[in-house]
Amino acid sequence: MNRLSALVFSALLSAGLSITGAEAAGDAKHPEAIDWSFKGLFGTYDRDSLRRGYKVYTEVCASCHSMNQLRFRNLSQPGGPEFTAPEVKAIAAGFIVEDGPDDYGDMFDRPGLPKDGFVNPFPNVQAARAANGGAYPPDLSLITKARSGGPDYIYALLTGYEDPPAGMKMRDGLYYNPYMAGGKIAMAAPLLEELVEYTDGSAASVEQMSYDVVTFLNWAAEPELEERKQTGFMVLIYLTVFAGLLFFSMRRIWADKH
Amino acid sequence: MCRIGLQNRLEARVSDTNTTGNGTTETKTASHEGEPNRRAFLHLTTGAFAAIGVANVAWPLIDQMNPDASMRALASIEVDLDAVEVGQSLTITWRGKPVFIRRRTQDEIRDAKNVSLDALPDPEADKSRAENPEWLVMVGVCTHLGCVPLGQAGEFNGWFCPCHGSHYDTSGRIRKGPAPKNLEIPPYQFVSDSRIKIG
Amino acid sequence: MSGESTYQPNNGFTKWMDTRLPLLRLAHDSFVDYPTPKNLNYWWTFGGILTFCLVTQIITGIILAMHYTPHVDHAFNSVEHIMRNVNHGWLIRYIHANGASMFFLAVYIHIFRGMYYGSYKAPREVLWILGVIIYLLMMAAAFMGYVLPWGQMSLWGATVITNLFGAIPLVGDSIATWLWGGFSVDNPTLNRFFSLHYLIPFLIFGVVILHIWALHVPGNNNPVGISVKSEQDTVPFHPYYTVKDGFALVVFMILFSYFVFFAPNVLGHADNYIPANPLVTPAHIVPEWYLLPFYAILRAVPDKLGGVIAMVGAIFILFVLPWLDTSKIRSARYRPLFKQFFLIFVVNCLVLGYLGAMPAEGVYITLARISTIYYFAHFLIILPLLGLVEKPREIPESISASILPETAASPAE
Repeated sequence: MNRLSALVFSALLSAGLSITGAEAAGDAKHPEAIDWSFKGLFGTYDRDSLRRGYKVYTEVCASCHSMNQLRFRNLSQPGGPEFTAPEVKAIAAGFIVEDGPDDYGDMFDRPGLPKDGFVNPFPNVQAARAANGGAYPPDLSLITKARSGGPDYIYALLTGYEDPPAGMKMRDGLYYNPYMAGGKIAMAAPLLEELVEYTDGSAASVEQMSYDVVTFLNWAAEPELEERKQTGFMVLIYLTVFAGLLFFSMRRIWADKH
Repeated sequence: MCRIGLQNRLEARVSDTNTTGNGTTETKTASHEGEPNRRAFLHLTTGAFAAIGVANVAWPLIDQMNPDASMRALASIEVDLDAVEVGQSLTITWRGKPVFIRRRTQDEIRDAKNVSLDALPDPEADKSRAENPEWLVMVGVCTHLGCVPLGQAGEFNGWFCPCHGSHYDTSGRIRKGPAPKNLEIPPYQFVSDSRIKIG
Repeated sequence: MSGESTYQPNNGFTKWMDTRLPLLRLAHDSFVDYPTPKNLNYWWTFGGILTFCLVTQIITGIILAMHYTPHVDHAFNSVEHIMRNVNHGWLIRYIHANGASMFFLAVYIHIFRGMYYGSYKAPREVLWILGVIIYLLMMAAAFMGYVLPWGQMSLWGATVITNLFGAIPLVGDSIATWLWGGFSVDNPTLNRFFSLHYLIPFLIFGVVILHIWALHVPGNNNPVGISVKSEQDTVPFHPYYTVKDGFALVVFMILFSYFVFFAPNVLGHADNYIPANPLVTPAHIVPEWYLLPFYAILRAVPDKLGGVIAMVGAIFILFVLPWLDTSKIRSARYRPLFKQFFLIFVVNCLVLGYLGAMPAEGVYITLARISTIYYFAHFLIILPLLGLVEKPREIPESISASILPETAASPAE
């Protein structure tokens, strides 16, 4: 019976687990696993990378992609880029936010405040489509959770642009990327060497910028990650010790019954 | 299935306290002198561990009802006072409640200062309520049962709560009616001559 | 609870209470002095684990409802609000989302345990049927819960499942429209699913009470499958099984915590982090893992109505299982042939689950058809025949007699 138990149990579990992996396969190239600092049981975000990633996001991605779930105040919360409160105030003030209506019923512009959301590059989906040849640049706040393959996939996509294979016809406004399902993507390679000027002396290679911006995007999608893993570690220790205690209590209680 | 429980229960009790009543447990007891204590200690530790776990799980379940991060982000606001003339008021929302900002006239200030503290149900000097006498900043919630009082009304030309008839003076102090306390002054500071930060 | 109660109120208040509403007596007789076969193994701990799962889902669910907004314009964002702003909101939501998977993992083990040890046989048919009702309600609750975050899988999963009702002849379309409250899955649908999702767990709770009642009348089945003959065969539920169930529960919680804290989205689908869009269908619509076997059966049949009938039949056949199995022997321990077929049945269910996740094309369809036919054959052909042809092993005289030799071999268990 024990062999059977183990078999059934592990089979049930792996059946559940294998599904996401199995179904990610398709005609697209499989993204390579990247050694992210936030991977694993004790993973944390690299603060410097997050800050560089924020720079890449604002200077490159934000011209087309929205970030609806983030507020400027998030930039100073623990577990994120951890800018100081005055820094965040200054960052927010650098954006123009529409507010209102005022006493006369008119909308007005004002400098951003930490409580405000990241500013959307387009007023609505239709405007975003019109400006991007019919393709809607997806919101990036959950992008690493919303794509199977997660951060590895986004990294592969950003660094994976190449010339289309011979014989493949590319319509105007489409670009070849082997990691994209179907191979055709409406976004031109967004990152070029030295596109962003890093202030901390890091070399702004495409790989480095991609690593940084994906780290930032992963934080945007999972801002609770550090707290979650730290709590989880404590919980696992607690449960393991508790299970041990219960096991010995059980042995004592059952001692005279077998 | 009947009456078998009691017998078992007795058996269990026998083994719990280890008073040797049958041959099988006797040998065990002989080799484990401190057994009852050790056993009690083990069960106690296990129980304590369970209690710790329950307490730690309870906290998030309770704390989730406290103000969330988006609420806390609105805990302090800055207000521009440029447009407020003498004798005018501004009502803004702070933490979901109205805040009255009144630029008082000289008459109002004089009235507020000339009141003997003995005549007040909740004695408080005007200068401790309005550091800059021209500006009175108060939470616009009646201290009786939470209604919003009307401005420049009532017997003292201050505020009047229509719900149960409380009269406040030009310093927002309770003078007559059921309210027990003066209108609350929120924490605030002038960040410049014409700009205050509330909260 | 049959038999005489051993409860003795020991102070003024409990004595006063006992003559008015004997609640403590009921609790005492059900969970303290309830005589339980002394040979139950760890497969029997899943009843307690399932109770824990239900209570966890109800508590976390009530909390989530405090912060969630059931409206198509706000649902997605309110879930993100829970994840980002509400204190410990991410923890509570991840427990609830993964809790559903853990609930089903536990219920499947519980069901397979019942099948292996013949727990559905007389006199426990009603107990079994109540269990199947709970399972059905769980599927309804899980399905509606998955719609609430209003991501792409929510919308399209709801669309696919509600369209199944369109297969019903004559009234199908009217029923689908009635379910939607519109002409497609839209705001009214989301709103009523939220209402029902909140209701169903309490229905489950009620049926669970009946399930436990129906358990305590004949008493537990046990690994050897023979009835309790004397008090030597039993131990009181407390402390023997409270501690054993407790230990198993904590081990189960280790697995649960692993998912919640370290792989919270592994069991979900990435597309559900994309806000619902009625104009774009995801490439592959798949239900949550625990519904995949039935999804595979649905797609295996090339006819819409036929597929729906097969899928519904696959669940409802469980109701008549006690009468399809013709063997008088309960436990598979003494049924050498059944043991083999049970194993094949479990593997077949897993294969169906795998096929449910694969695209409905090529070889997958063929395999799904074979698996589906086998699924039904197990219940309709194999089980009735086995009882007639199988020669069971010799059955021990009593529960106590059955564990004596094992005691010598492994004193720990």
